[in-house]
Amino acid sequence: MDKQKKAVVTVLGFDRKGIIAQVSRVLYESDVNILDISQTIVSGLFNMVMLVDITSPSCGFEELAHELDSLGERLGVQIRIQRHEIFEAMYQV
Amino acid sequence: MINTSEILETLRMIDSEKLDVRTITMGISLLDCATDDPAELSRRVYDKITKKAQHLVAVGEQIEREFGVPIVNKRISVTPIALITGAVPDPLPIARALDRAAQETGVNFIGGYSALVQKGMTRADRALIASLPEALSTTGRLCGSVNVASTRAGIDMDAVRLCGEAIVKAAQRSADQDALACAKLVVFANAVEDNPFMAGAFHGPGEGDAAINVGVSGPGVVKRALEQVKGAPFDVVAETIKKTAFRVTRVGQLVAQEASRRLDVPFGIVDLSLAPTPQVGDSVAHILEEMGLEVCGTHGSTAALALLNDAVKKGGVMASSHVGGLSGAFIPLSEDIGMIHAAECGALTLEKLEAMTCVCSVGLDMIAVPGDTPAETLSAIIADEAAIGMINNKTTAVRIIPVPGKGVGDSVEFGGLLGRAPIIPVKQFSSKAFIERGGRIPAPLSSLRN
Repeated sequence: MDKQKKAVVTVLGFDRKGIIAQVSRVLYESDVNILDISQTIVSGLFNMVMLVDITSPSCGFEELAHELDSLGERLGVQIRIQRHEIFEAMYQV
Repeated sequence: MINTSEILETLRMIDSEKLDVRTITMGISLLDCATDDPAELSRRVYDKITKKAQHLVAVGEQIEREFGVPIVNKRISVTPIALITGAVPDPLPIARALDRAAQETGVNFIGGYSALVQKGMTRADRALIASLPEALSTTGRLCGSVNVASTRAGIDMDAVRLCGEAIVKAAQRSADQDALACAKLVVFANAVEDNPFMAGAFHGPGEGDAAINVGVSGPGVVKRALEQVKGAPFDVVAETIKKTAFRVTRVGQLVAQEASRRLDVPFGIVDLSLAPTPQVGDSVAHILEEMGLEVCGTHGSTAALALLNDAVKKGGVMASSHVGGLSGAFIPLSEDIGMIHAAECGALTLEKLEAMTCVCSVGLDMIAVPGDTPAETLSAIIADEAAIGMINNKTTAVRIIPVPGKGVGDSVEFGGLLGRAPIIPVKQFSSKAFIERGGRIPAPLSSLRN
């Protein structure tokens, strides 16, 4: 079996109803499992970081990134997905 | 688990501090292309490059998307062309084949139209140097270099003279583009074989068939980190730079390994150079100014740069399994908004730049000088820089642009990464008789290390 592939989804923007719901729906539809969520709102600015498992063969990274991009545009927030290794490399020796 | 603040810090580094991977450069050996049939040689060169680097740009873009880190340039370096043109009369068709291969693969530059002549010149070396003005003014993506000196061999003053003349001719031939051809020509001392940065990249004869070399960047990230330690002693400054350089280099190492795996080409090195761009927030000069200098180029600049250069290496070396290339801070005048400003206000002069090149990589880089500067003066500038490299056992280089029809007070716009350069003055006193002597400056005592 392949090693677990993880990615980090970050959402930044003004708070509104349904951000988590809609992001989660896109992830669910791509067969992505959410491993951890942290979310804060500072002076109306919504800030969410999700750790997700993208190991599933039915999850195409490029398609998922594109889906999240267009969702971000619809919601007026910035959504990004990046492979987890980049953060590991920078902050772990 | 990585914590949220570290993730947000990384995003800030990418978005507002211009953290990026400056280049993924694939080095390709062309030694196996050599033949005495000119048409066949061009065909083999073109075929080998376009086959090896077929997926380079696509894979670079894929990594960029998946990791969310911009990879600014995808480039190719090849075996110094003079090494494979010994049996053909003219290297120019190869220049065109290289340029076509660069277009076909989609890379923005291809480096290696080069000759290594620190000890002497073959017929092929002379033919290549003579062809540089035409090769660089009639192609779009080709870069050339000449290694005229080394600590081991001394300085080949005949080659130094020829390079000065080639620069003047390249400037004249590309006068309609403000001597752009000269921006694609580097004259080296102690050139390295695995440099991923243009215009001086080539794939040295000691390298394997192919390699992935990566150049990192991040002057903006270092400056921002120093903003947090205002007024602190230099011990703190050095530590702060080391930590930042470590993170930046880890990104380079990760990208290099991924690119190597996906392209099935061995990983060569990560180059720890701190490379600026003309964009605001991406300047090496501004780091020096953050250390407390009013303008880069004033007294203290050499010390500040020495500290920066050393701390970047100390931080970076542990972050990568193989460090190589030039690995030092770059101070290209036209490609750094802080350097441009410093030269415009008179704080930064050619003499101060020369002093600064003693403690960093690489040399007098992207310096625009008056169009009527004699070839001998350019050669003498090259000789001075080569002497610094030879004696101090380091790489130095000259990329100088005598802009036709322009003088001190004018400025020249190259656009893109090459930026904008104010024309700076050179000495008006002649070096003609000095350059006309020719011959070789012997290798220094420090070359005898065995």
